[in-house]
Amino acid sequence: MKTIEVKKPSGYATQIGPAHPALKEPVMFSLDIEGERIRKADFVPGMAHRGVEWMGMRRNCIQTMYLAERICGICGITHSISFSRAVEQIAQIQVPNRAHYIRSIVGELERIHSHLLWAGVAAHELGFDSAFYLAWRVRENVMDLLEYLTGNRVHYAIIQIGGVRRDIVPDQFPRIEESMKFFEGAYAKLAAVFLDDTTVQMRCRDCGVLTTDEARELCPVGPTARASGIKKDVRVDHPYAAYGDVEIEYQTPDLLTGEVRGDVYDRIVTRLLEVKQSIGIVRQLLAMLPDGPLLAIPKPAVLLAKLKGVAGEAVGRHEAPRGEVMHYVRLEAGKDEPAAWKVKASSYSNYMAWIPMMEGEQIADIPIIAASIDPCISCTDRVALVRPDVRQIVTKEELHRLSVEKTRRIQAGLAK
Amino acid sequence: MSFPMVPELLGSLFKKPNTNPFPAAQLPPTVTGLLEKVGKGEASLNPPVPVPEKLRGKMTYNRETCIGCKLCLKVCPAHAIDFIEGTKKIRIFVSQCIQCGQCTEICPKQCLALSGEFLNASHDRYADELVVD
Repeated sequence: MKTIEVKKPSGYATQIGPAHPALKEPVMFSLDIEGERIRKADFVPGMAHRGVEWMGMRRNCIQTMYLAERICGICGITHSISFSRAVEQIAQIQVPNRAHYIRSIVGELERIHSHLLWAGVAAHELGFDSAFYLAWRVRENVMDLLEYLTGNRVHYAIIQIGGVRRDIVPDQFPRIEESMKFFEGAYAKLAAVFLDDTTVQMRCRDCGVLTTDEARELCPVGPTARASGIKKDVRVDHPYAAYGDVEIEYQTPDLLTGEVRGDVYDRIVTRLLEVKQSIGIVRQLLAMLPDGPLLAIPKPAVLLAKLKGVAGEAVGRHEAPRGEVMHYVRLEAGKDEPAAWKVKASSYSNYMAWIPMMEGEQIADIPIIAASIDPCISCTDRVALVRPDVRQIVTKEELHRLSVEKTRRIQAGLAK
Repeated sequence: MSFPMVPELLGSLFKKPNTNPFPAAQLPPTVTGLLEKVGKGEASLNPPVPVPEKLRGKMTYNRETCIGCKLCLKVCPAHAIDFIEGTKKIRIFVSQCIQCGQCTEICPKQCLALSGEFLNASHDRYADELVVD
């Protein structure tokens, strides 16, 4: 194994993080700066590893469902939909139609809540705290609606493998419609406050640019990709739940401003457009809500027994507010717990976009650029670095040698 | 120059605060002092925002109908339920419970339910009101 030397930066080196007031979660930026300009940027993740997958592989699938929900405090339903879709594929459970619709409705309400939360955080990072209070005050309405529908403000516990646990009954429709009307008004107000404001324009226009070509190379997901003009959305590309039945389009900033610049301002535009889109989707879904059962297997004990008997592997995906989330699950027959569980949170794909966004910008732009991809760091961290100062490159030949050695070791063990 | 936030801010000056001041409209010098006064009937609490009908709050447990089948222990994601071998009954630690309500669905005798109670804060996680048995 070849140990490579970590090159010392040529200018003045500074670092921000892992714990810093400008960052909401622990991540470290190492920057090579010249005056106020950032010449080279790099980041070190891995500061908030929680070992969620390890815990999930020691619990049965129903328990892991609730653990998956707790990977993220904001997109709770995202991870539970992805996990349940993976398990449903393995066990070949057909989710009832009504459950598909309810999943999508809660998913879209969550998108509204997440984007409004982000708008508040972004305003706060700009030092525009009155817009932060406005966004979060508006957000309370959707939190109340989610509490009314699912029983809690966060961690909705509404998804079950093979369906949903709670129904949305016609008595609840007026309350939902009332909220949707409120959000139409709120969208107009927020769009004016964020997009027409001179301060926001000065700070966000042409700041933290990710060009379409860079985006194509780095493969970001969700609003980060769409703000750079990449048309990609799991809901449109690979429709799941009830998204195949509704009219839904890629929300790129040119729909509102007529051009794609890929800067922080475009990311605000994209998210605001998605709030408006979600209002439309919820209305369409409510109008078409089909009748039928909520769960494919209503008895949890029967479900557990079925899952114990199946084997296989599958991938479940969902378009979270931040982009595509992917869960890989492998089940083995005779075991209650998943044999393997791998979670790819959306921010994992968006991290690399930070580097081209930051290079060439000023130190004062770091908070808003870091926040502009809506990073969810504890959701993403899958590895903890024990010795971050030692960097190694393992070549293909080296890996092959290690593999051969391991085979020989196992063979020697078997021969005994 | 355009500042669309300004009319919104000026309008807010004449509106009531959006938050519900709980438990008191003004921060009391000491919270325990306030609670003592409430106990004596000298002061009153500002009530919390009403909760929705189907809120997932603190667990309730009907000890009489429980048959000790241990199914709830099997699905509890937080390992918040303890089985007492001697009496064949369970005990729920509210401080550990995540209020998902999965146990209420698997219980064959429907002796578990979620109530609307949400004020579960305490200094002691094993306090009497935080252990349901």
